[in-house]
Amino acid sequence: MSEQQTTLPDARGHFGMFGGRYVPEILMPALDELTEAYKKYKDDKEFNKELDYYFEEYVGRPTPLYFAQRLTEKLDGAKIYLKREDLCHTGAHKLNNVMGQILLAKRMGKPRIIAETGAGQHGVATATACALFGLKCHVYMGVEDMERQALNVFRMRLLGAEVVPVTSGTQTLKDATSEAIRDWVTNVNDTHYIIGSVVGPHPYPMMVRDFQSVIGKEARKQHIEKEGRLPDYVVACVGGGSNAMGIFYPFVKDESVKLIGVEAAGEGIDTPRHCSTLGLGSPGVLHGSMSYLLQNEDGQVQLTHSISAGLDYPGVGPEHSFFKDSGRATYTNATDAEALDAFQLLSETEGIIPALESSHAIAHIKKLAPTLGKNETVVVCLSGRGDKDVHTVAKALGTEGILL
Amino acid sequence: MNRIDKTFSELKASGDKALICFLTGGDPDFAATENLVCKAFESGADIIEIGVPFSDPLADGPTIQAASFRALEADASVRGIFDCVRSIRKRCDQPIVLMTYYNPVQKYGVANFATDAAGAGADGVIMVDLPVEEASDWKTAADSAGLATIFLLAPTSTKERIALTAKMASGFIYCVSRTGVTGAQASVPTDLKSLVDTIKSASDLPVVIGFGISKPEHVRQVTEFADGAVVGSALVKIVADSADSAAAIEKASKFVRTLKEGTEKRK
Repeated sequence: MSEQQTTLPDARGHFGMFGGRYVPEILMPALDELTEAYKKYKDDKEFNKELDYYFEEYVGRPTPLYFAQRLTEKLDGAKIYLKREDLCHTGAHKLNNVMGQILLAKRMGKPRIIAETGAGQHGVATATACALFGLKCHVYMGVEDMERQALNVFRMRLLGAEVVPVTSGTQTLKDATSEAIRDWVTNVNDTHYIIGSVVGPHPYPMMVRDFQSVIGKEARKQHIEKEGRLPDYVVACVGGGSNAMGIFYPFVKDESVKLIGVEAAGEGIDTPRHCSTLGLGSPGVLHGSMSYLLQNEDGQVQLTHSISAGLDYPGVGPEHSFFKDSGRATYTNATDAEALDAFQLLSETEGIIPALESSHAIAHIKKLAPTLGKNETVVVCLSGRGDKDVHTVAKALGTEGILL
Repeated sequence: MNRIDKTFSELKASGDKALICFLTGGDPDFAATENLVCKAFESGADIIEIGVPFSDPLADGPTIQAASFRALEADASVRGIFDCVRSIRKRCDQPIVLMTYYNPVQKYGVANFATDAAGAGADGVIMVDLPVEEASDWKTAADSAGLATIFLLAPTSTKERIALTAKMASGFIYCVSRTGVTGAQASVPTDLKSLVDTIKSASDLPVVIGFGISKPEHVRQVTEFADGAVVGSALVKIVADSADSAAAIEKASKFVRTLKEGTEKRK
């Protein structure tokens, strides 16, 4: 892989034709300020010492790279390793990025934090860090997501955050993000917006990638320790794409490692109810950057569907768009039904209940691993745990009654 | 001289300031937009901004969000907006500016959008989420089509950004009154004059103020030092609250007449 690929984005946040800053003028100075602060602190010794401290003592890092022996035997192909981000405090990889951004916000003197959330995992992570540092926290969440992720809504409220219901548009992650941006436009002077994925205007895609790349750095080192070499495949689910970018990025220069992102195909990519942005979208601008986007011929953003709230988003990170076009990563998809099947498969074979988001990556493993040799290895990012999803799954399986 | 420059120089000559009205295109339908725009011109609007609806209007408050959704529900397309402008041009010759977000424009094709917007009779375009840094392709296309490239500046804009924007802008500069999204407010910030003065020291273009301006008093207040005032949500709300198009047109015209008194009373 060329050097250029790992030195992106350029000074204005472009990954080739993707990325950039497409936001109201009001926010431009705040983005400049954030970029400057990030530049100043990202290699700062004290900052990194503090971040490492919280990663180790609070988030619970490093997370294990677990050899899934029974799953490997069952699928009868490649050796499967799970990068256990589900074991992070709050139950998903989201806290990696939040910790980095909150330490930055503290240094920037911003007393108020806002965030958007889909599945609620990013909202819970943000509410958690705000409780830890005594900052005011407002989390925007679509009412449809509040219903399907009620447990996380309760968690955020317990943590002292205000969960702001979003009733506009599709009432899911897309509109929660728009509403968070509207808040930021209004309260930009005292507020830091913690975006939860590798999306949004520069510097977010780069900064969130960097904070999440701890996943891939650890996984790469752990795999070498266990196998004496690099893995053959790295697989992760992609909504906005932060867990995927976090695990992919440290492998980008390792040309032999195949990177595969798995999007949500919902009810099928031959139906209108999916969110396969990289598979079926076209370049467009949503929430501050140019990226692949599910949109109609008039540039109106399309409605999406996934059983997993965290993947239910019509956009995707600009660097994933760049990787798709450059061929450095490939992107495939898994349907709701395949994800549900994988959810049960991992629960039954390994005693690990995965988040519905991560279940999409497992669903792809189910197809991929049997086609590979037993000497090959696959690392899967198990981005979150599935406790939050048991109601949704019970409903989908028609076994809701057992929860009563 | 294009219509925008002509209007501002005529206003200047008569000691008047510009009343700029915003209406969402296709809300509730294009026939209504055509009539609303023409009547608003007759009632004293000097320039009209027609909103090209976008599904994710992140700089707009609830009033214009709702209008955008109504228009999109009624299938308001970009081509539909151009047709509407073409029909308006048969009836009136005042400046028309399209106001939108970047995505519908880039999806249509930046050069094609500029050509077709100018061909339909529009005089300028404002894109709320297109800062100068990302605007070079658009600037080239708009210049060659003869469209004004109108940019926004805000109370948060630094001197450097004001200078950068001044270089790219034509037609006029749209100064946002406060940090926030569009929407009627009870009052207008009182510290705007120094911002307008700073912008004026960097650019010879007219500077107009928008966001939150909803009453003749607000119009009068800001046109003391700015070259015009933009009223959007308050007008869009009248359309939304009216029983039918005829009622909307009547009430909107009356409102525009009272707003225009805000600039004229200064004289």
